[in-house]
Amino acid sequence: MVLSQFRFVEVGRVAYISYGPDAGKLAVIVDVIDQNRALVDGPCSGVSRKQMNFKALELTSIVMKIPRGLRPGNLRKAWEKQEVQKKWDSTTWAQKIANKKKRAQLTDFDRFKLMKAKQARNRLINVEFGKLRKTVKRPAPRLRKKKSVKK
Amino acid sequence: MGPKAETKAAKPKAAAAKPAAKKQTQARLVKKTIGGDKNGGHRLVRKTRMSRYYPTEDKPRKLRSRKTAFSKHKHSLRSSITPGTVLILVAGRHKGKRVVFLKQLDSGLLLVTGPFHLNGCPLRRINQIYTIATKTKLDISGVKLPERLNDKYFNRKQLKKPRHTEGEIFDTKKEVYTVSDERKEDQVAVDKQILDVIRKNKEKKLLFGYLGSMFSLGSRQYPHKMVF
Repeated sequence: MVLSQFRFVEVGRVAYISYGPDAGKLAVIVDVIDQNRALVDGPCSGVSRKQMNFKALELTSIVMKIPRGLRPGNLRKAWEKQEVQKKWDSTTWAQKIANKKKRAQLTDFDRFKLMKAKQARNRLINVEFGKLRKTVKRPAPRLRKKKSVKK
Repeated sequence: MGPKAETKAAKPKAAAAKPAAKKQTQARLVKKTIGGDKNGGHRLVRKTRMSRYYPTEDKPRKLRSRKTAFSKHKHSLRSSITPGTVLILVAGRHKGKRVVFLKQLDSGLLLVTGPFHLNGCPLRRINQIYTIATKTKLDISGVKLPERLNDKYFNRKQLKKPRHTEGEIFDTKKEVYTVSDERKEDQVAVDKQILDVIRKNKEKKLLFGYLGSMFSLGSRQYPHKMVF
């Protein structure tokens, strides 16, 4: 177990709020209150400064360089300077969330178009796969000995 | 003092009422000549006869019923359904098909068409409760529907029931429903316009495929969570 494989709760750790009224928003851990709670603030994401239980926070890989207890105004400046939103958007986690949202908003016609697009793509894939298959030398198929009735 | 004054007041009133009443009754009487000797030659007869029956009890009054006849119903239309909307039919002969909504008829039923070439659904009426309205809309503002497309046009025709005669009980042919020529005419006229609208659309190829295909639900597809 290497310590670097963990994401730690620390001042400046950006967290994704997983449930509650602010679900889906990003916030920074500004201070740790006790074993279960953190002081959390998300000036650019619409989260007011508040205490939150760690259970509701999912730690991201983004850490901001901020001093403990940084006030909202300066926190906002730091957020924008350190381009937290940009870093977040480029993570696969954020992209997955965005895709899920998109899928949920697809209309019936969109789903039909998606189905047709998938079919077209799979046809292309299968054609290429077929070509690759032909290049591989395959052993001759084993013939089963048929028990023939001799007259 | 009280009662005497009342009767005095009542009397002239009654007297005044009588001649007025007499005038009215006289209008109600009709002179009718009668034949025969020595009987006056005519009678004053009431114009309208008196009733032969007077009920001894009051007629029971019917309570006001909240039920209204279907023809007097108010018909609303879901805001998601506008002319040109693609609807998914969920029940009936054409269930699963995606059809184009044309207009709401007076009875409240929706007039739709396949178009017939794409999915076999003709000009037809359906109730909006058996439809799912999708977000896909065609611009039907330029489409002119024939005047005669109304509820009467779509009413079911009574097919003649075969008459059973002595020896032909098993041979009698049932009268089968055949599509009338005017239906075919109207179908072609309307569909032509709608197909033109689809052709002008950017996604015409996919739209043709879309209207020709059937709707189905797969696993983990929950209608209450889906956007149509």
